[in-house]
Amino acid sequence: MPKNSGRFGASAAGIVRALGEEPIFRPGDRVRVATRSPVGHYRVPLYLRGKTGLVERVIEPPGIDNEEEAYGRNAGAKRHYYRVAFPMRQIWPNYRGSAKDGLRIEIFETWLERI
Amino acid sequence: MGPQEHRHDGGHDHDHDHAEIGQAGRPGYYEIMETAIRELLVEKRLIGPDEIRRQIEVLDSRTPALGAKVVARAWVDPEFRRRLLADGRAACEELGISFYDDTRLIVLENTDKVHNLIVCTLCSCYPRPVLGLPPDWYKLKPYRARAVSEPRAVLAEFGTIIPDDVEVRVSDPTAMVRYLVLPKRPEGTENYSEEQLAALVTRDTMIGVVPVTVELRRAAR
Repeated sequence: MPKNSGRFGASAAGIVRALGEEPIFRPGDRVRVATRSPVGHYRVPLYLRGKTGLVERVIEPPGIDNEEEAYGRNAGAKRHYYRVAFPMRQIWPNYRGSAKDGLRIEIFETWLERI
Repeated sequence: MGPQEHRHDGGHDHDHDHAEIGQAGRPGYYEIMETAIRELLVEKRLIGPDEIRRQIEVLDSRTPALGAKVVARAWVDPEFRRRLLADGRAACEELGISFYDDTRLIVLENTDKVHNLIVCTLCSCYPRPVLGLPPDWYKLKPYRARAVSEPRAVLAEFGTIIPDDVEVRVSDPTAMVRYLVLPKRPEGTENYSEEQLAALVTRDTMIGVVPVTVELRRAAR
């Protein structure tokens, strides 16, 4: 993992950062949204599960897992949300509109797989 | 004076009759649940009635006029515009608009190449600190389902036709981020003051369903 990243810039020599402190994905990374279907109200909309997109921006600062917190469970260590870009035609095969049209959405780290 | 005692025979001007404003029929399931939870929270001293009332006052103090002020400032001050696009929340806070929650704000700039539109498909995420409460249509399923799957058709119903060589970019907030559209400054406003510019900026222009215009768009005859 590159040392010069995140909110802090370069780490001082010998500094070890906590898990979740550094974003796992970078702008430009290709990612797939997980296809899990847990029971209940989850924040990754169904229409995006299994779709592939491009990380456009790392949302700072990191946050807790809203979904776990919403159910009164331990939301764990903080992790990042990512603003991910999807072409409309990839999401909707019959999309009527320009091939340039796209969607942006914020997705929590635990829902994204690197491809 | 309670709503039951409301009279029309004096005190204020009404040139029309209207139905009495009151509770018709039994409260619904969710109304009862909301009341029960609120009363429980108060009874257990987790929150007090004053805190609930105060939060309503916080929300009521937010209106699209705040967003309009932000947009107008961005149009006249390139340095502010740069800071606004880099960190929407911090730039709004500069203008004295506080964020009473943990949300971040990403400001989306409309250009000749990109037209931004906001929809919350899950429920009703909205940049409330700068715009206040969302319009009802924003929270209803037809807009939520269609704005994300056929945004150009939805925009056309608002009278907004986006050329094919312009990207329509839909942003769907799901968690900690809220979005605000920075519309394009209309032509012919070069001599407008910041206040005059702000007066042109309506709620819907900052959701992205219509552009800012100097005059009301009328149907072609």
